[in-house]
Amino acid sequence: MSRKVAVEAVINGAPQAFVCEPRQTLLEVLREGLGLTGTKEGCGNGNCGACCVLLDGRPVPSCLVLAVEAAGRDILTVEGLAEGELHPLQQAFLEHGALQCGICTPGFLIAAKALLDKNPQPAEQEARAWLAGNLCRCTGYDKIIRAVLDAAGRLRSVDPNPKEEAHPA
Amino acid sequence: MTLAQSRSYRVIGTRPVRHDGVDKVTGRAQYGADVRLPGMLYGCVVRSPYPHARLRAIDTSRAAAHPGVKAVITGADMPAIDTNAVADLGEGAIELKFASLLIMARDKVVFRGQPVAAVAAVSPQAAAEAARLVEVDYEPLPVVTDALAAMEPGSPRVHDDLYTVVPGGSRRDSPSNIALHVQYERGDVEAGFAGADVVVEREFRTAMVHQGYIEPQNATAAWEPGGRLTVWTSTQGAFSVRQQLSDLLQIPVGRIKVVPMEIGGGFGGKIQVYLEPLAALLSRKAGRPVKMWMSRAEVFTATGPGPATYIRLKMGVTRTGDLTAAAMRLVYDAGAFPGSPVGSACITGLSPYRIPHFRIDGFDVVTNKPRVQAYRAPGAPPAAFAVETVLDELAEAIGMDPIELRLRNAAAEGDRMTNGVAFNRIGFKEVLVAAKNHPHYRAPLPPGATGRGVAAGFWMNGRGTSTVHLTFNPDGTVNLIEGSTDIGGSRASLAMIVAEELGLDAHDVKPVVADTDSVGHTDVTGGSRVTYSTGVACHRAALDAIAQLKPRAAQLLDANPGDVEFGGGEFWVSSEPRRRIGIKEVIAKLGKTGGPIVARGVSRGLAMAPGFGVHIADVRVDPETGKVDVVRYTAVQDAGKAIHPTYVEGQLQGGAAQGVGLALFEEYVFEDGILRNPSFLDYRMPTALDLPMIDTVIVEVPASDGPYGVRGVGEVPIVPPAAAIANAIYRAAGVRLRQLPMTPENVWRALAGRDAALPSTPKAAPDAAMAATKERRAEPPGTSG
Repeated sequence: MSRKVAVEAVINGAPQAFVCEPRQTLLEVLREGLGLTGTKEGCGNGNCGACCVLLDGRPVPSCLVLAVEAAGRDILTVEGLAEGELHPLQQAFLEHGALQCGICTPGFLIAAKALLDKNPQPAEQEARAWLAGNLCRCTGYDKIIRAVLDAAGRLRSVDPNPKEEAHPA
Repeated sequence: MTLAQSRSYRVIGTRPVRHDGVDKVTGRAQYGADVRLPGMLYGCVVRSPYPHARLRAIDTSRAAAHPGVKAVITGADMPAIDTNAVADLGEGAIELKFASLLIMARDKVVFRGQPVAAVAAVSPQAAAEAARLVEVDYEPLPVVTDALAAMEPGSPRVHDDLYTVVPGGSRRDSPSNIALHVQYERGDVEAGFAGADVVVEREFRTAMVHQGYIEPQNATAAWEPGGRLTVWTSTQGAFSVRQQLSDLLQIPVGRIKVVPMEIGGGFGGKIQVYLEPLAALLSRKAGRPVKMWMSRAEVFTATGPGPATYIRLKMGVTRTGDLTAAAMRLVYDAGAFPGSPVGSACITGLSPYRIPHFRIDGFDVVTNKPRVQAYRAPGAPPAAFAVETVLDELAEAIGMDPIELRLRNAAAEGDRMTNGVAFNRIGFKEVLVAAKNHPHYRAPLPPGATGRGVAAGFWMNGRGTSTVHLTFNPDGTVNLIEGSTDIGGSRASLAMIVAEELGLDAHDVKPVVADTDSVGHTDVTGGSRVTYSTGVACHRAALDAIAQLKPRAAQLLDANPGDVEFGGGEFWVSSEPRRRIGIKEVIAKLGKTGGPIVARGVSRGLAMAPGFGVHIADVRVDPETGKVDVVRYTAVQDAGKAIHPTYVEGQLQGGAAQGVGLALFEEYVFEDGILRNPSFLDYRMPTALDLPMIDTVIVEVPASDGPYGVRGVGEVPIVPPAAAIANAIYRAAGVRLRQLPMTPENVWRALAGRDAALPSTPKAAPDAAMAATKERRAEPPGTSG
């Protein structure tokens, strides 16, 4: 077993310190170390999007990020999406029935948030292209895409001039 | 049997937010891999790198000595199974002795990825390191991965003690890779073809495909010192897991508790246990709980995909569009152990149509590949691909609209399926008419599309046994305790049924999927049985509740129980309808009227409720590359009665999407028994970018049984897509595709007729193999089944 490293990061808005092995992924530390099991492992190699989190506002598969890389960064997981009440994306997913088994849902919600932060009025094809890195095997994507477009409308009606978040890269 | 089909509903047919929805959009829902127990260890499986090899020796000493390792097991730790008993897997079955070997090899390995040992350690990394230290001495054996090749007399034998079961049930004398020959026959096939004006005979191949659930298999086991075993797992059926564990580990079911966690998709693939027995044995040895989950590569390599198939189909039709005869030969590749779904394929393929003369021969064949499991409408998609493509050719040959040809020959109530069982009430014709009248069918092709195809699909639909209990809370709400794993919103549908009958709101009923200690036996969530069968149990439990609540209401109304009536959520005195009390108040006052009650409902032995669908697909075929894009798609299906239409639509859309996947993209690629594409990057499932919106039409022809006429809907929608798309490609580009998946390469080859210009993948010569099989089979003539 290798030596452990101390890491400090902001997770879902709160400063968090943890120790991990340099070889551990962010996904593993979130799930097994910090008990944030809302982020799911579907493939472990970045192909399915189920483990998507925002790293400094940018969607990444947390299975391809080492936990030590999170040092000093800001991480948002599905557990941090609702602020008091459900995020409009969460509400739209529920109302549209945009989930069946629900295992891909956290990843879709996070990836969709990143999309709407960047582009508050995506066209259907833009949403499809953005979310093509997230696999869903249950829904055929129809209701997911409708929910995302609907949530975009709800967010616009809440804030007619949403600020675009700063994205590194 | 059907009650009040004209009845209007308060709750049924509405679209409430599902009860488990908030947990699932906030990350709180606990799936199998989310389990954490004090002192928990992590398990890792050692898998065979060879698809076929004798196991000469296993040395686990270095692994056991690795830091952090707490237990190592091998096949020697698995109880020997020396019966011929069969494990019922709900949507399939497997002989127990084979199930035991599938979970852990003993003397030899028969597919790559078969477990040979397992390790438990304090971290996943330590377990993986130790797994690499297990030393296994293999003697590689010749490999066979093609089912037609495996049928050849000289082929390597996967098992030395497998003997073909022939029609009639007897076994052949000499070992073979053909596990089963199933046969259905009616009328005089040759006379039928003689009476046809057009006869078409074609050969089809489909690839091995995976269910592709996003959540890998997982299991956490705690073997307590007293000998009690608790297992937390993502499964389609907790009771099935309990029975399999009991059979495989040879411990009584009463000592096992299975806790069904939320499940991240199954589609038939999460019924067979894989990790559960290993986690249990590791836990027993280590004296601590053990959690295991598979990597995606393990899921692809070592769980149970759907079978590769070879089908030859000959059909005849008169000029006026009457089908006269069919001859169908199906070879289904079971992988390493017998049990492909060829039997259901022999039923689902041709049963939708009235065909006076037919003969169907199905073969279950073993190869050195992962052992197949149920996959959504097991066996049906390849058979429908063949039948629905040939029907399209026949329709064209006689100049008839393809839906019209199907309508003219569609089975209806009283017609017999190929296995002789007569259909009860079915809605195939209604679905065909709905498709024919749908604007999509008559509309001009949308911009970009170049061809439109149509195809039908059928599934018998499951029934089985379900148990539910109702308990009642002082605030007037009701707990619905049930045993059906919720994969696609079934909690909501079941709660809605109880709410409908009790006159409550959907969210006054709280559904709980209980563990095996806490609810009566319930069969797997599979075969499209839950909303139907567990729904009937819910209806019965609600009626039981009303019967028990009536005397309590009578007390509160100061009336005789016999004078009290119930409806719309209220009890009233029949002679004085103004003396009434709401059900919530009666529930809230149970403590004052005699104490708690428990209501229960069991369903068993329901009549079948078969499902039919018709899909319409518009495609664009790129003549340069052979790439096929689905531009517009409509799925029409008979749901009997849609309890929660959103989730019925979801099943139609999701099934269609999986069907598009197996039609266009998905394929296990083997080289010498080694799977070359065990990742989501290389095993290409449809993404959001590959699909259009999927339009749905829900037809409601009530089933013969059950209170609302519900039919299961999950399986059917994966059945039609391949043929619908193949028929659309033909309309677009003039070529008939008879091999799945219809990748750009395959389409391009067909378009260009340029086979010679590209290096071809080595394939067995199917025609010769088919002929050889026929000859061999002819020696001792098979009796008709």
